[in-house]
Amino acid sequence: MSDDNNNTSVSVAMVGSGGAGVMTSGNMLLEAATKAGLYGLMTRTVGPQIRGGEAAALVRLSAKPVHCVDDHFDILVAVDWKGAERFAAEVPLGPQSLIITDPETGEVPEILAASGARIVEVPIGELANAVDGGRPNMVILGLVASLIGLPEEPINKIIAKKLGKKGDAAVLASRQAVSAGYKATAGLTSPVTVSDAVGDGTGRWLISGNQAAGFGALRGGIRFVAAYPITPATEVLEWMSPNLPKMGGTLVQAEDELASINMAIGASFGGRPSLTATSGPGLSLMMEGIGLAVSSETPVVIVNVMRGGPSTGVPTKSEQTDLNIAVYGLHGDAPHVVTAATSVEDCIFTAQWSVHLAEAMQTAVIVLSDQFMGQASTIIDPPANISFIAQRLVEEAPTEDYRRYAVTADGVSPMTLPGTPGGQYTADGLEHNPKGLPSTLMEDHRDQMDKRDRKVAEFNYGDHWADVEGDADSELVVLTWGSTTNAVREGIERLRAEGVSCKLVAMRLLSPALPDYFDQAVKGAKRILVVEQSHSGQFLKLLRANYDMPGEIKSFRRPGPLIIRPGEIVDTIKDWRDQ
Amino acid sequence: MNELAPKKLKASDYKSNLKPVWCPGCGDYHVLLSVTQAFAKLKLEPENIAVISGIGCSSRIPAYTNTYGFHSIHGRGLTVATGVKVARPELTVVAAGGDGDGFSIGGNHFLHACRRNTDMTYIVMDNEVYGMTKGQPSPTTDPEWDSALSPGGTGLSPFHPLVIALASGANFIARTFSGDVKGTASIIADAIVHPGFSFVQILSPCVTFRPDQKVWKEQVHKAVVNETDDPARAARRLMSDDGFNTGVLYRGHREPYRFSCGEEKGDIMEIQKQFEV
Repeated sequence: MSDDNNNTSVSVAMVGSGGAGVMTSGNMLLEAATKAGLYGLMTRTVGPQIRGGEAAALVRLSAKPVHCVDDHFDILVAVDWKGAERFAAEVPLGPQSLIITDPETGEVPEILAASGARIVEVPIGELANAVDGGRPNMVILGLVASLIGLPEEPINKIIAKKLGKKGDAAVLASRQAVSAGYKATAGLTSPVTVSDAVGDGTGRWLISGNQAAGFGALRGGIRFVAAYPITPATEVLEWMSPNLPKMGGTLVQAEDELASINMAIGASFGGRPSLTATSGPGLSLMMEGIGLAVSSETPVVIVNVMRGGPSTGVPTKSEQTDLNIAVYGLHGDAPHVVTAATSVEDCIFTAQWSVHLAEAMQTAVIVLSDQFMGQASTIIDPPANISFIAQRLVEEAPTEDYRRYAVTADGVSPMTLPGTPGGQYTADGLEHNPKGLPSTLMEDHRDQMDKRDRKVAEFNYGDHWADVEGDADSELVVLTWGSTTNAVREGIERLRAEGVSCKLVAMRLLSPALPDYFDQAVKGAKRILVVEQSHSGQFLKLLRANYDMPGEIKSFRRPGPLIIRPGEIVDTIKDWRDQ
Repeated sequence: MNELAPKKLKASDYKSNLKPVWCPGCGDYHVLLSVTQAFAKLKLEPENIAVISGIGCSSRIPAYTNTYGFHSIHGRGLTVATGVKVARPELTVVAAGGDGDGFSIGGNHFLHACRRNTDMTYIVMDNEVYGMTKGQPSPTTDPEWDSALSPGGTGLSPFHPLVIALASGANFIARTFSGDVKGTASIIADAIVHPGFSFVQILSPCVTFRPDQKVWKEQVHKAVVNETDDPARAARRLMSDDGFNTGVLYRGHREPYRFSCGEEKGDIMEIQKQFEV
């Protein structure tokens, strides 16, 4: 619950060690809330254990679309407290919060109790045991749903949908356990309930960022995917695997990331728009291959779902720290494109747009998402059916003087595809002349670098380079990118509701730099706040290297896994203003 | 295949005008000749062939043919080739390279290409040395071979490509000698026609850094036994292999990798229904 918008949203943390089923409870709560006409966002925090570690489903519900996690949690309910202290910092509570605990599972961890939250004991395990086949995670689902004012009927529908295949007994057990949860809240008051819900959610989508990226890519024309599993990107690949064949495409599970990027390049050389998805360590391995795509002018899309780094880092938690490697990681002068989704929903648009960019410019496009967006589930209105479809400049009837790497005005050269008579050429990572033959001549190197740079630098990216919102003439501009955008956006909305003038510039195109667009967006700024989830300020440095930023600059940044919250943006700006 | 092919193509029609970077006397000239002879023998249209390589002397071969080609990066030729074949199953895909490219930096891909059994052919021009970087020991080099990088030899047991190929599941395994142009061409043609992943090791001497390999032409000999489709029998033969037996060792019956891109179809609006609540 935000202090500024009373009762417009409710935030719930469902806690329990892995296997307790709190993710199932969270998902069901989200779906049931949708059926009740609400919007919502569910994120997850888990430990590194494959099974059995600490876990929490974090759900925020509102009558309006929800894009970020709130400053505090209103309700925290625990099936057990195993390892819960390890993510206490990710679940901030306050005196207004409510903690529900089962006395059988021991004391509420001191670090949580210290928040001053009201603690209520409910015999969750006992209630579950009273139902034949009942489970505590269903009891807490009922508890929470009842407290926030959600009717029982949509939950029963979701239970039937999710557990129907397990048989009537399983459905009945869950329903009875949920009912027990509902009844157990008699006499309990919730710190907040949600109201103003409209309709029954018909037509709305439930989608995760990783699914959204896969869907956007498929809609954009991707027909070949090479895959190597890695947390937290695997769901992109797992979504695409069964859906690609429906469109005539396929997915190959590769032996490593070196193979996946190069398989994608081979398939694209063959004429199929191609993609791979990975996270930091995999992206590091792919760098040489991405350079090959740049040099050979073979379109390819790499979706990189960021996690804490360096090295193996914090695989299950979010961070915005692959920006440097995405922009600067290739050896040589290697012009390519780096984009970033600005929300879970925007993963659809940005992935689809990126396919379009890769194909149109015949180059590599790295799409940055992160664990927060990738593994968050959200309820959204059906997204616009945007029209970007992979369109490659293909030469279908090459004449005798056909040159694959002809130096053209816009830098893009018509490409022949295998099977086209007379269009044979050898794609190469060696520098080459316009015919594609290896060359060490200064002129060829210069001309080919010029053309590769020109096609990327002078492309018309339109308004999609950034989301520019808020007060157009504001002297205060907040610059950000990626998933952090959502907290900044909500913070700015709160400030503007208080009459503070503020402008948001959330960059979707991180490379190449477009100074003309940027200058226009920050024109007149006297103060610029740069927000990012990075210890070293990678985004700030990228901005400083490429753009002239007017006025006073302030950096608000910290590494993962703690996400940046809207209230922090509000406080930072207010403090700065008052200085 | 293009049925309207106007004329029968000769081996030389599959060669480009580009002059190879290879040293005079390099075995790879003969391999290029064998490859183009195999294409002519099979009456393939040049535009329906993709020759894919990594990096190294022998990996220069794509640009010396008149087919589509990809001269990729060190060790990754097989992966690029896999992508091409899965994306365009109707093409004839030939991956080519050397022993360092294929068995050292690309060794993992070799294992998994054999396992995956994609319908393509992999020829390795094995000269037991890194030639492009001027004479360092490769995985197939004798452990005693002296060099600036590994004085006194590596002391490492050599990599046996045929053993690895058989153990990993390649569907066609052969060894030839580059000097036997006709025999090599015939085996490459067989390898291309055979379904699944076909592996051909071609002993191709490096006259510059391994002048000792000049004697190979006297050492090679046709295997005294016929090819087999029994992996156990092939394995037993490899136990007594002197490294100079030539011919087809193994021709198996494994089903090739079964996934590939097909015709564009489907309706994205149907697919997106799965997200509706």
